[in-house]
Amino acid sequence: MSDRELRVSKIRNGTVIDHVSGGQALNVLSILGIDGSEGLGVSIVMNVPSAQLGKKDVVKVEDRELSQSEVDVLSLIAPEATINIIRDYEVTKKTRVDQPETVTGILSCPNHNCITNGGEPVETKFSIVPDGVRCAYCGTIIRDSIAEHIDTE
Amino acid sequence: MRKEHLITATQLSRADIEAVLDRAAEIDADPSAWAEKYETAVLALCFFEPSTRTKMSFDTAMKRLGGTTTDMGGVESSSVKKGESLADTMRVVEGYADAIVLRHPSEGAAQLASEFVDVPVINAGDGAGQHPSQTLLDLYTIREHTGLDDLSIGIMGDLKYGRTVHSLANALTNFDVRQHFISPESLRLPRSVRFDLHESGAQLREHTELDSVLPELDVLYVTRIQRERFPDESEYRAVAGEYRIDAKTLEDGKSDLAVMHPLPRVDEIAPDVDTLEQAQYFEQAHNGIPVRMALLDELLGGVPQ
Repeated sequence: MSDRELRVSKIRNGTVIDHVSGGQALNVLSILGIDGSEGLGVSIVMNVPSAQLGKKDVVKVEDRELSQSEVDVLSLIAPEATINIIRDYEVTKKTRVDQPETVTGILSCPNHNCITNGGEPVETKFSIVPDGVRCAYCGTIIRDSIAEHIDTE
Repeated sequence: MRKEHLITATQLSRADIEAVLDRAAEIDADPSAWAEKYETAVLALCFFEPSTRTKMSFDTAMKRLGGTTTDMGGVESSSVKKGESLADTMRVVEGYADAIVLRHPSEGAAQLASEFVDVPVINAGDGAGQHPSQTLLDLYTIREHTGLDDLSIGIMGDLKYGRTVHSLANALTNFDVRQHFISPESLRLPRSVRFDLHESGAQLREHTELDSVLPELDVLYVTRIQRERFPDESEYRAVAGEYRIDAKTLEDGKSDLAVMHPLPRVDEIAPDVDTLEQAQYFEQAHNGIPVRMALLDELLGGVPQ
Protein backbone atom coordinates (compact mmCIF):
# COMPACT_ATOMS: atom_id res chain seq x y z
CA MET A 1 0.00 0.00 0.00
CA SER A 2 1.59 3.31 -1.03
CA ASP A 3 1.46 6.43 1.11
CA ARG A 4 -1.07 7.93 -1.27
CA GLU A 5 -3.47 5.11 -0.44
CA LEU A 6 -2.87 5.18 3.29
CA ARG A 7 -6.18 4.85 5.06
CA VAL A 8 -4.69 5.52 8.48
CA SER A 9 -1.87 7.94 9.05
CA LYS A 10 1.55 6.89 10.26
CA ILE A 11 2.10 6.79 13.99
CA ARG A 12 4.97 8.50 15.73
CA ASN A 13 5.67 5.95 18.48
CA GLY A 14 4.18 2.56 19.21
CA THR A 15 3.52 -0.79 17.55
CA VAL A 16 2.10 -1.67 14.14
CA ILE A 17 0.81 -5.20 13.74
CA ASP A 18 0.67 -5.91 10.02
CA HIS A 19 -0.38 -8.94 7.97
CA VAL A 20 -3.14 -9.94 10.36
CA SER A 21 -5.51 -12.44 8.73
CA GLY A 22 -8.48 -10.53 7.28
CA GLY A 23 -11.24 -9.95 9.83
CA GLN A 24 -9.16 -10.78 12.93
CA ALA A 25 -8.17 -7.26 14.01
CA LEU A 26 -10.76 -7.02 16.78
CA ASN A 27 -9.69 -10.42 18.09
CA VAL A 28 -6.09 -9.17 18.08
CA LEU A 29 -7.08 -6.29 20.33
CA SER A 30 -9.08 -8.63 22.50
CA ILE A 31 -6.12 -10.98 22.96
CA LEU A 32 -3.86 -8.04 23.76
CA GLY A 33 -6.40 -6.81 26.30
CA ILE A 34 -6.74 -3.46 24.59
CA ASP A 35 -10.30 -2.15 24.67
CA GLY A 36 -9.78 1.61 24.44
CA SER A 37 -10.11 2.23 28.17
CA GLU A 38 -6.33 2.57 28.46
CA GLY A 39 -6.47 5.86 26.56
CA LEU A 40 -4.01 4.63 23.92
CA GLY A 41 -4.47 5.78 20.33
CA VAL A 42 -5.61 2.70 18.41
CA SER A 43 -6.26 2.49 14.64
CA ILE A 44 -7.42 -0.52 12.75
CA VAL A 45 -7.75 -1.27 9.07
CA MET A 46 -9.72 -4.31 8.05
CA ASN A 47 -9.95 -6.41 4.93
CA VAL A 48 -7.61 -4.41 2.69
CA PRO A 49 -5.97 -6.18 -0.27
CA SER A 50 -2.78 -8.09 0.48
CA ALA A 51 -0.55 -9.88 -2.02
CA GLN A 52 0.39 -12.38 0.68
CA LEU A 53 -2.93 -13.03 2.40
CA GLY A 54 -5.56 -11.93 -0.09
CA LYS A 55 -7.11 -9.72 2.56
CA LYS A 56 -5.40 -8.44 5.65
CA ASP A 57 -5.99 -6.30 8.72
CA VAL A 58 -3.55 -3.82 10.26
CA VAL A 59 -3.60 -2.72 13.90
CA LYS A 60 -1.71 0.34 15.12
CA VAL A 61 -1.26 1.01 18.81
CA GLU A 62 0.26 4.36 19.71
CA ASP A 63 2.69 4.97 22.56
CA ARG A 64 3.00 1.35 23.55
CA GLU A 65 5.73 -1.06 22.49
CA LEU A 66 4.38 -4.59 22.72
CA SER A 67 6.83 -7.24 23.91
CA GLN A 68 7.55 -10.40 21.97
CA SER A 69 5.77 -12.57 24.55
CA GLU A 70 2.70 -10.34 24.34
CA VAL A 71 2.44 -10.65 20.59
CA ASP A 72 3.40 -14.33 20.34
CA VAL A 73 -0.09 -15.24 21.54
CA LEU A 74 -1.37 -13.68 18.31
CA SER A 75 0.07 -16.65 16.43
CA LEU A 76 -3.11 -18.51 17.42
CA ILE A 77 -5.25 -16.37 15.11
CA ALA A 78 -2.76 -14.45 13.00
CA PRO A 79 0.24 -16.68 12.33
CA GLU A 80 1.52 -14.49 9.48
CA ALA A 81 1.46 -11.26 11.49
CA THR A 82 4.50 -9.00 11.51
CA ILE A 83 5.28 -6.68 14.38
CA ASN A 84 6.83 -3.26 13.74
CA ILE A 85 8.09 -1.19 16.63
CA ILE A 86 7.94 2.48 15.68
CA ARG A 87 10.05 5.27 17.18
CA ASP A 88 9.79 8.79 15.82
CA TYR A 89 7.97 7.57 12.68
CA GLU A 90 10.70 5.04 11.85
CA VAL A 91 10.51 1.24 12.07
CA THR A 92 13.22 0.40 14.59
CA LYS A 93 12.44 -3.31 14.93
CA LYS A 94 10.50 -5.73 12.77
CA THR A 95 9.71 -9.27 13.96
CA ARG A 96 7.36 -12.15 13.24
CA VAL A 97 5.14 -13.82 15.81
CA ASP A 98 6.53 -17.03 17.24
CA GLN A 99 4.33 -19.83 18.48
CA PRO A 100 4.45 -19.91 22.30
CA GLU A 101 4.47 -23.21 24.21
CA THR A 102 1.49 -22.27 26.32
CA VAL A 103 -1.24 -19.63 26.33
CA THR A 104 -2.35 -18.44 29.75
CA GLY A 105 -5.47 -16.49 30.63
CA ILE A 106 -6.50 -15.74 27.04
CA LEU A 107 -8.91 -18.51 26.07
CA SER A 108 -11.81 -20.05 27.93
CA CYS A 109 -12.27 -23.82 27.87
CA PRO A 110 -15.27 -24.93 25.78
CA ASN A 111 -15.81 -27.90 28.11
CA HIS A 112 -18.45 -26.59 30.51
CA ASN A 113 -17.49 -29.30 32.97
CA CYS A 114 -13.84 -28.22 33.07
CA ILE A 115 -12.72 -27.07 36.51
CA THR A 116 -11.56 -23.75 35.00
CA ASN A 117 -15.23 -22.93 34.36
CA GLY A 118 -16.13 -23.59 37.99
CA GLY A 119 -15.31 -20.23 39.56
CA GLU A 120 -11.89 -21.33 40.84
CA PRO A 121 -9.07 -18.79 41.34
CA VAL A 122 -7.03 -19.91 38.32
CA GLU A 123 -6.31 -18.62 34.85
CA THR A 124 -6.96 -20.94 31.96
CA LYS A 125 -3.88 -22.53 30.41
CA PHE A 126 -3.62 -24.14 27.00
CA SER A 127 -0.67 -25.91 25.45
CA ILE A 128 -0.04 -25.73 21.72
CA VAL A 129 -0.65 -28.99 19.84
CA PRO A 130 -0.56 -29.63 16.08
CA ASP A 131 -3.38 -27.59 14.49
CA GLY A 132 -4.78 -26.39 17.78
CA VAL A 133 -4.54 -25.87 21.51
CA ARG A 134 -5.23 -28.15 24.46
CA CYS A 135 -6.58 -27.31 27.92
CA ALA A 136 -3.91 -28.06 30.54
CA TYR A 137 -6.62 -28.99 33.04
CA CYS A 138 -9.22 -31.16 31.29
CA GLY A 139 -7.35 -32.02 28.08
CA THR A 140 -10.01 -30.66 25.73
CA ILE A 141 -8.57 -29.87 22.31
CA ILE A 142 -9.72 -26.83 20.29
CA ARG A 143 -8.91 -27.11 16.60
CA ASP A 144 -11.40 -24.87 14.83
CA SER A 145 -12.39 -21.27 15.44
CA ILE A 146 -9.95 -20.61 18.25
CA ALA A 147 -10.93 -16.93 18.18
CA GLU A 148 -14.43 -17.86 19.36
CA HIS A 149 -12.92 -19.04 22.62
CA ILE A 150 -11.11 -15.81 23.48
CA ASP A 151 -12.12 -14.86 27.00
CA THR A 152 -13.56 -11.36 26.67
CA GLU A 153 -14.47 -10.88 30.33
CA MET B 1 11.17 -42.53 40.04
CA ARG B 2 9.18 -40.73 42.71
CA LYS B 3 6.24 -38.67 41.50
CA GLU B 4 4.83 -35.71 43.38
CA HIS B 5 1.22 -36.36 42.39
CA LEU B 6 -0.79 -38.90 40.42
CA ILE B 7 -3.11 -36.88 38.20
CA THR B 8 -3.32 -38.71 34.88
CA ALA B 9 -2.19 -42.02 33.43
CA THR B 10 -0.38 -40.16 30.66
CA GLN B 11 2.27 -39.13 33.19
CA LEU B 12 3.17 -42.78 33.90
CA SER B 13 6.08 -44.46 32.14
CA ARG B 14 6.47 -48.21 31.88
CA ALA B 15 9.13 -48.05 34.60
CA ASP B 16 6.78 -46.09 36.91
CA ILE B 17 4.02 -48.62 36.41
CA GLU B 18 6.27 -51.63 36.91
CA ALA B 19 7.73 -50.14 40.09
CA VAL B 20 4.25 -49.83 41.63
CA LEU B 21 3.11 -53.26 40.43
CA ASP B 22 6.30 -54.93 41.69
CA ARG B 23 5.85 -53.27 45.06
CA ALA B 24 2.19 -54.33 45.11
CA ALA B 25 3.26 -57.92 44.51
CA GLU B 26 5.71 -57.71 47.43
CA ILE B 27 2.96 -56.37 49.66
CA ASP B 28 0.53 -59.02 48.46
CA ALA B 29 3.04 -61.73 49.36
CA ASP B 30 3.64 -60.47 52.91
CA PRO B 31 1.22 -57.73 53.97
CA SER B 32 2.18 -57.94 57.65
CA ALA B 33 5.68 -56.66 56.85
CA TRP B 34 4.10 -53.33 55.88
CA ALA B 35 1.72 -52.97 58.81
CA GLU B 36 3.75 -50.35 60.69
CA LYS B 37 5.55 -48.57 57.87
CA TYR B 38 3.54 -45.34 57.91
CA GLU B 39 2.35 -45.15 61.51
CA THR B 40 2.37 -41.36 61.63
CA ALA B 41 0.88 -40.77 58.19
CA VAL B 42 -2.58 -39.32 57.63
CA LEU B 43 -4.38 -39.61 54.31
CA ALA B 44 -7.19 -37.16 53.49
CA LEU B 45 -10.18 -38.60 51.66
CA CYS B 46 -11.92 -35.80 49.74
CA PHE B 47 -14.79 -37.25 47.74
CA PHE B 48 -17.02 -34.64 46.13
CA GLU B 49 -18.92 -37.45 44.40
CA PRO B 50 -20.23 -40.71 45.83
CA SER B 51 -17.78 -43.60 45.94
CA THR B 52 -17.80 -47.00 47.59
CA ARG B 53 -14.85 -49.09 46.52
CA THR B 54 -12.30 -46.41 45.67
CA LYS B 55 -12.83 -44.60 48.95
CA MET B 56 -12.95 -47.76 51.06
CA SER B 57 -9.89 -49.23 49.41
CA PHE B 58 -7.78 -46.10 49.90
CA ASP B 59 -9.00 -46.02 53.50
CA THR B 60 -8.06 -49.66 54.02
CA ALA B 61 -4.75 -49.31 52.17
CA MET B 62 -3.63 -46.43 54.42
CA LYS B 63 -4.67 -48.28 57.55
CA ARG B 64 -2.88 -51.45 56.48
CA LEU B 65 0.29 -49.38 56.18
CA GLY B 66 -0.18 -48.35 59.80
CA GLY B 67 -1.54 -44.89 59.06
CA THR B 68 -4.90 -43.22 59.53
CA THR B 69 -7.37 -41.37 57.34
CA THR B 70 -9.40 -38.22 57.70
CA ASP B 71 -12.59 -38.02 55.68
CA MET B 72 -14.14 -34.81 54.37
CA GLY B 73 -17.55 -36.51 54.43
CA GLY B 74 -20.25 -35.80 51.90
CA VAL B 75 -20.45 -32.51 50.03
CA GLU B 76 -23.84 -31.83 51.62
CA SER B 77 -22.30 -31.61 55.08
CA SER B 78 -19.13 -29.73 54.16
CA SER B 79 -18.00 -26.17 53.60
CA VAL B 80 -18.32 -26.79 49.85
CA LYS B 81 -22.05 -26.44 50.40
CA LYS B 82 -21.32 -22.90 51.62
CA GLY B 83 -19.65 -22.05 48.32
CA GLU B 84 -16.00 -22.64 49.17
CA SER B 85 -13.73 -23.08 46.13
CA LEU B 86 -11.90 -26.35 45.58
CA ALA B 87 -8.62 -24.44 45.77
CA ASP B 88 -9.44 -23.19 49.27
CA THR B 89 -10.68 -26.59 50.45
CA MET B 90 -7.44 -28.18 49.27
CA ARG B 91 -5.27 -25.55 50.92
CA VAL B 92 -7.02 -26.18 54.24
CA VAL B 93 -6.93 -29.98 53.98
CA GLU B 94 -3.23 -29.83 53.11
CA GLY B 95 -2.61 -28.84 56.71
CA TYR B 96 -4.38 -31.92 58.04
CA ALA B 97 -2.80 -34.68 55.98
CA ASP B 98 0.34 -36.06 54.32
CA ALA B 99 -1.48 -36.79 51.06
CA ILE B 100 -4.89 -36.10 49.53
CA VAL B 101 -7.12 -38.46 47.59
CA LEU B 102 -9.54 -36.40 45.51
CA ARG B 103 -12.64 -37.32 43.56
CA HIS B 104 -14.51 -34.46 41.93
CA PRO B 105 -17.23 -34.12 39.28
CA SER B 106 -15.24 -31.64 37.14
CA GLU B 107 -12.52 -32.59 34.69
CA GLY B 108 -9.16 -31.11 35.65
CA ALA B 109 -10.01 -30.86 39.37
CA ALA B 110 -7.02 -32.93 40.51
CA GLN B 111 -4.65 -30.93 38.33
CA LEU B 112 -5.96 -27.73 39.87
CA ALA B 113 -5.69 -29.15 43.39
CA SER B 114 -2.08 -30.16 42.78
CA GLU B 115 -1.21 -26.56 41.94
CA PHE B 116 -2.38 -25.30 45.34
CA VAL B 117 -0.80 -27.80 47.72
CA ASP B 118 2.61 -29.26 48.51
CA VAL B 119 1.41 -32.69 49.63
CA PRO B 120 0.82 -35.40 46.99
CA VAL B 121 -2.59 -35.37 45.32
CA ILE B 122 -4.03 -38.62 43.96
CA ASN B 123 -6.73 -38.25 41.34
CA ALA B 124 -9.46 -40.71 42.30
CA GLY B 125 -11.66 -39.63 39.39
CA ASP B 126 -12.24 -36.18 37.84
CA GLY B 127 -15.54 -36.06 35.96
CA ALA B 128 -15.19 -37.84 32.63
CA GLY B 129 -11.42 -37.34 32.76
CA GLN B 130 -9.06 -39.79 34.42
CA HIS B 131 -8.90 -42.40 37.19
CA PRO B 132 -5.26 -43.49 37.22
CA SER B 133 -5.18 -45.45 40.50
CA GLN B 134 -7.93 -47.69 39.10
CA THR B 135 -5.69 -48.22 36.09
CA LEU B 136 -2.81 -49.39 38.26
CA LEU B 137 -4.98 -52.10 39.82
CA ASP B 138 -6.36 -52.98 36.38
CA LEU B 139 -2.81 -53.44 35.10
CA TYR B 140 -1.86 -55.47 38.16
CA THR B 141 -4.80 -57.77 37.52
CA ILE B 142 -3.91 -58.14 33.83
CA ARG B 143 -0.26 -58.81 34.65
CA GLU B 144 -1.14 -61.48 37.20
CA HIS B 145 -3.57 -63.18 34.84
CA THR B 146 -2.14 -62.79 31.37
CA GLY B 147 1.00 -60.67 31.37
CA LEU B 148 1.25 -57.17 29.96
CA ASP B 149 2.95 -57.77 26.62
CA ASP B 150 1.80 -59.37 23.38
CA LEU B 151 -1.76 -58.84 24.51
CA SER B 152 -5.10 -58.18 22.79
CA ILE B 153 -7.56 -56.26 24.93
CA GLY B 154 -11.15 -55.30 24.14
CA ILE B 155 -12.46 -52.27 26.01
CA MET B 156 -16.24 -52.10 25.73
CA GLY B 157 -19.10 -49.84 26.77
CA ASP B 158 -19.07 -46.11 27.51
CA LEU B 159 -15.71 -45.06 26.09
CA LYS B 160 -16.64 -41.40 25.84
CA TYR B 161 -17.35 -40.63 29.48
CA GLY B 162 -15.63 -43.60 31.11
CA ARG B 163 -12.67 -42.23 33.04
CA THR B 164 -11.35 -45.70 33.85
CA VAL B 165 -11.28 -46.37 30.10
CA HIS B 166 -9.32 -43.20 29.35
CA SER B 167 -6.65 -43.91 31.95
CA LEU B 168 -6.35 -47.58 31.03
CA ALA B 169 -6.01 -46.83 27.31
CA ASN B 170 -3.31 -44.23 28.03
CA ALA B 171 -1.34 -46.51 30.31
CA LEU B 172 -1.50 -49.51 27.96
CA THR B 173 0.46 -47.55 25.36
CA ASN B 174 3.54 -48.35 27.46
CA PHE B 175 3.17 -52.03 26.61
CA ASP B 176 2.95 -54.23 23.52
CA VAL B 177 -0.85 -54.26 23.47
CA ARG B 178 -3.40 -54.26 20.66
CA GLN B 179 -6.32 -52.17 21.88
CA HIS B 180 -9.82 -52.81 20.49
CA PHE B 181 -12.50 -50.29 21.42
CA ILE B 182 -16.07 -51.56 21.22
CA SER B 183 -18.92 -49.09 21.66
CA PRO B 184 -21.94 -47.48 20.05
CA GLU B 185 -21.04 -44.63 17.68
CA SER B 186 -22.29 -42.04 20.16
CA LEU B 187 -19.99 -43.25 22.94
CA ARG B 188 -16.69 -43.57 21.07
CA LEU B 189 -13.42 -42.40 22.61
CA PRO B 190 -13.22 -38.61 22.97
CA ARG B 191 -10.91 -36.60 20.76
CA SER B 192 -8.43 -35.85 23.55
CA VAL B 193 -7.85 -39.55 24.37
CA ARG B 194 -7.66 -40.45 20.70
CA PHE B 195 -5.04 -37.71 20.31
CA ASP B 196 -2.91 -39.14 23.14
CA LEU B 197 -3.15 -42.65 21.74
CA HIS B 198 -2.09 -41.55 18.27
CA GLU B 199 0.74 -39.46 19.71
CA SER B 200 2.11 -42.49 21.53
CA GLY B 201 1.82 -44.71 18.45
CA ALA B 202 -0.76 -47.04 20.00
CA GLN B 203 -2.19 -49.93 18.01
CA LEU B 204 -5.93 -49.35 18.21
CA ARG B 205 -9.03 -50.40 16.33
CA GLU B 206 -12.62 -49.36 16.85
CA HIS B 207 -15.67 -51.61 16.54
CA THR B 208 -19.39 -51.29 17.05
CA GLU B 209 -19.87 -55.02 17.75
CA LEU B 210 -18.09 -57.42 20.06
CA ASP B 211 -18.68 -60.55 17.91
CA SER B 212 -16.07 -59.84 15.28
CA VAL B 213 -13.21 -59.28 17.70
CA LEU B 214 -14.06 -61.48 20.71
CA PRO B 215 -12.22 -64.64 19.53
CA GLU B 216 -8.82 -62.93 19.49
CA LEU B 217 -9.09 -61.16 22.85
CA ASP B 218 -7.00 -62.05 25.92
CA VAL B 219 -8.80 -59.49 28.09
CA LEU B 220 -12.32 -58.07 27.82
CA TYR B 221 -12.77 -54.92 29.92
CA VAL B 222 -16.46 -54.13 30.25
CA THR B 223 -17.84 -50.79 31.43
CA ARG B 224 -21.32 -49.59 32.26
CA ILE B 225 -23.39 -47.63 29.77
CA GLN B 226 -25.37 -45.10 31.74
CA ARG B 227 -29.01 -44.29 31.15
CA GLU B 228 -28.41 -40.53 31.33
CA ARG B 229 -26.19 -40.59 28.24
CA PHE B 230 -29.25 -41.18 26.03
CA PRO B 231 -32.18 -38.93 25.16
CA ASP B 232 -34.83 -41.54 25.90
CA GLU B 233 -35.32 -44.85 27.65
CA SER B 234 -36.05 -46.91 24.54
CA GLU B 235 -32.87 -45.80 22.78
CA TYR B 236 -30.83 -46.56 25.89
CA ARG B 237 -32.33 -50.05 26.21
CA ALA B 238 -31.69 -50.83 22.56
CA VAL B 239 -28.06 -49.71 22.70
CA ALA B 240 -27.16 -51.06 26.14
CA GLY B 241 -28.52 -54.48 25.19
CA GLU B 242 -25.94 -54.74 22.41
CA TYR B 243 -23.07 -54.46 24.88
CA ARG B 244 -24.19 -56.95 27.50
CA ILE B 245 -22.40 -60.25 27.98
CA ASP B 246 -23.40 -63.56 29.52
CA ALA B 247 -21.94 -67.05 29.74
CA LYS B 248 -23.19 -67.88 26.26
CA THR B 249 -21.45 -64.83 24.75
CA LEU B 250 -18.15 -66.02 26.19
CA GLU B 251 -18.38 -69.40 24.45
CA ASP B 252 -16.94 -67.65 21.39
CA GLY B 253 -13.98 -66.25 23.33
CA LYS B 254 -10.70 -67.84 24.40
CA SER B 255 -11.04 -70.23 27.32
CA ASP B 256 -8.46 -68.23 29.31
CA LEU B 257 -10.03 -64.84 28.52
CA ALA B 258 -10.02 -62.47 31.50
CA VAL B 259 -13.30 -60.58 31.90
CA MET B 260 -12.77 -57.39 33.87
CA HIS B 261 -14.98 -54.52 35.04
CA PRO B 262 -14.16 -51.49 37.23
CA LEU B 263 -17.51 -52.01 39.04
CA PRO B 264 -20.20 -51.21 39.93
CA ARG B 265 -21.92 -53.23 37.25
CA VAL B 266 -25.63 -53.06 36.67
CA ASP B 267 -26.59 -55.69 34.12
CA GLU B 268 -23.84 -55.47 31.49
CA ILE B 269 -22.32 -58.70 32.83
CA ALA B 270 -24.93 -61.36 33.59
CA PRO B 271 -24.63 -63.12 36.96
CA ASP B 272 -24.02 -66.44 35.18
CA VAL B 273 -20.53 -65.16 34.27
CA ASP B 274 -19.58 -64.77 37.95
CA THR B 275 -18.83 -68.43 38.50
CA LEU B 276 -16.74 -68.86 35.34
CA GLU B 277 -12.96 -68.88 35.46
CA GLN B 278 -12.96 -65.93 33.08
CA ALA B 279 -14.56 -63.65 35.69
CA GLN B 280 -11.78 -61.54 37.17
CA TYR B 281 -13.71 -58.47 38.34
CA PHE B 282 -13.95 -59.32 42.02
CA GLU B 283 -10.27 -60.27 42.14
CA GLN B 284 -9.63 -56.99 40.32
CA ALA B 285 -11.46 -55.05 43.05
CA HIS B 286 -9.55 -56.88 45.79
CA ASN B 287 -6.27 -55.96 44.09
CA GLY B 288 -7.10 -52.34 44.91
CA ILE B 289 -5.64 -52.82 48.38
CA PRO B 290 -2.05 -53.94 47.64
CA VAL B 291 -1.86 -51.65 44.60
CA ARG B 292 -3.03 -48.59 46.52
CA MET B 293 -0.70 -49.51 49.40
CA ALA B 294 2.13 -49.59 46.87
CA LEU B 295 1.02 -46.27 45.37
CA LEU B 296 0.87 -44.63 48.79
CA ASP B 297 4.33 -45.99 49.55
CA GLU B 298 5.57 -44.43 46.32
CA LEU B 299 4.05 -41.02 47.04
CA LEU B 300 4.63 -40.93 50.82
CA GLY B 301 8.20 -42.18 50.59
CA GLY B 302 9.52 -39.07 52.29
CA VAL B 303 7.19 -38.98 55.30
CA PRO B 304 9.33 -38.90 58.49
CA GLN B 305 8.89 -41.94 60.72
